[in-house]
Amino acid sequence: MSSAQFVQCLINGVTPGSIYALVGLGFTIIYAVTKIINFAQGEFVMLGGLVAYTLIHRAGIPLVPALLLSILIAAAVGAAMYLLAIRPPKKASVVSLIIITIGAAMFIRGIAGQELTKDFVSLPSFSGEEPISFLGAHIDPQVLWIIGAMVVVTIILHLFLNYTMVGKALKACAINPVASSLVGINPKTMALIAFVLAAAIGGIGGVVCAPKISMSYQAGVMLGLKGFVAAAIGGFGSPVAAVFGGLLLGIVESFAVWISWGPFTSDYKDAIALVVLLFILLLRSGKLAEEERTG
Amino acid sequence: MLARLKSNWSYLAIASLFVVLILAPFHWFLGQYTTLMIFIGIYTIVTVGLCLLMGYTGQVSLGQAAFFGMGAYISAILTTTYGVNPWLAMLAAAIMTGVFAYTIGYLIFRLKGNYLAMATLGLGLIMLIVFRQLNPVFGEPDGIPGIPSLSIGGFAFDSPFRMFFLVWFFCLVILFISQNLVRSRIGRALKAIHGNESAAESLGINVTQFKVKILVLSAVYASLAGSLLAYHVPYVGTQPFDFMASVRLVVMAVIGGLASVWGAIFGAGATRILSDHLLLGFGDWDVVVYGFILVLVMIFMPEGLFVKLKELFERLQLRYRKKGAGP
Repeated sequence: MSSAQFVQCLINGVTPGSIYALVGLGFTIIYAVTKIINFAQGEFVMLGGLVAYTLIHRAGIPLVPALLLSILIAAAVGAAMYLLAIRPPKKASVVSLIIITIGAAMFIRGIAGQELTKDFVSLPSFSGEEPISFLGAHIDPQVLWIIGAMVVVTIILHLFLNYTMVGKALKACAINPVASSLVGINPKTMALIAFVLAAAIGGIGGVVCAPKISMSYQAGVMLGLKGFVAAAIGGFGSPVAAVFGGLLLGIVESFAVWISWGPFTSDYKDAIALVVLLFILLLRSGKLAEEERTG
Repeated sequence: MLARLKSNWSYLAIASLFVVLILAPFHWFLGQYTTLMIFIGIYTIVTVGLCLLMGYTGQVSLGQAAFFGMGAYISAILTTTYGVNPWLAMLAAAIMTGVFAYTIGYLIFRLKGNYLAMATLGLGLIMLIVFRQLNPVFGEPDGIPGIPSLSIGGFAFDSPFRMFFLVWFFCLVILFISQNLVRSRIGRALKAIHGNESAAESLGINVTQFKVKILVLSAVYASLAGSLLAYHVPYVGTQPFDFMASVRLVVMAVIGGLASVWGAIFGAGATRILSDHLLLGFGDWDVVVYGFILVLVMIFMPEGLFVKLKELFERLQLRYRKKGAGP
């Protein structure tokens, strides 16, 4: 493997890895605040991409406002999902909440398939198609957008959580909802904020990756699963760990595809993420069981 | 008095079910919907297993379609490539699926709740990838065609009319077995595990062992249903065993009332009828309807739609009786 191939492989891994990282961020935020695994997390990414496509091609809105609008729409769907589906049931069990988020995911996916588009679609690149040469590797400029978006989102999220009042309230609620409600933080409001944040981050992931990977209304399942693997590698604790989890998963997939052979590479790629997922879950099972008991 | 009436009603319900089932395959009764009834029977078998696992024991499985697919694929491969007798292939598939479930059961039941759901989901998707790799090896790129029919002596179950009776025979036998199971010590142990694992353990119930056993049982049910599907269609592709299929099975269990054995028929029936293109014509909107139903049922009646409807029916009956017995 020459150094150019190595760099190419790395870039090919970091690109999807950034998307996984964004989805993983969403999982981590929602889980930290509400102890819910949101099975609809991948659908926000799908929505970001498909809504942007529809706005551009059917409503004729220019690229930049369409992108911003679709991120807002994804965030609004996140808020609606929390208010209509997650909040109403009183004392819901873990099983009920899992089924509710799955139901919401199906609902979103079905509506997207019927009302937006059933085809595989992609957006125009943000800044041309001309590849950039870097250490002998050819890089699509969109890749820089994807990686840039991931880095910017992570930094902003970090600053938000650590240096603003609302962000600190979110963290407090994640650590102990009862104690934080004693000091005037409403856990339900925090949960709503967590859902909106996660959905918006998913939407951002969707709009930046839609020019690079073609998006369809069914893309949410696999994206969600890989984002979950990213969050699981990160241990569901800190957002930054989830980002590293996502990047790691992307890079491992990319190198595994490079060394593998046979016609089923994309299948093998998915299988890697799944095997990693099972391994992490089983290795951490003791700690996870502890968390479920106390959390 | 009430108890007797209630049991009379349930006898009536079961009797009318039998009448419908016997008449269903005749063309003048349901016509083209015999095939739909066969699918309802097949999915009922899978759903009963899922109800035992999710409703009674409280363990989520988002990968039940994997066991369903294992039954179908093992039967298809053994009969087409190796020429094994279909009945033997069905038995072998059930045993292999059971052993598989037993092995993974001890691993995945170290997890709970959210993580168990994710692990089963991952497992389901891994099996889907395996199925996809099996297609070109044992058949065509998209699936395995040319699966023989089941037969007893010279009598082959090769038409929908004949297959209908076979499927519903299996279905009813499995429903009765499950019904007896949940009313036994085992059923009470499962409910105890659902209620509170620590408390169940302190009463001397081996929690992990029970969970694994019920997983194996549900896997064997799913495998048998998968084999029946393979012999009925008679073609096996990956589509009925993908992630959406697993979710659809969860929908069936949820509609059927998670903790109800007979509700499984209702759940599988309602769900199959919803997605039936001939009957209702929802087309691809069925996914939206499913999602809506899942959320609504879980918010307003977490014990399941069928159980809630049954309760409602019994309450109405009680009120009616009070009026009748009044002064």
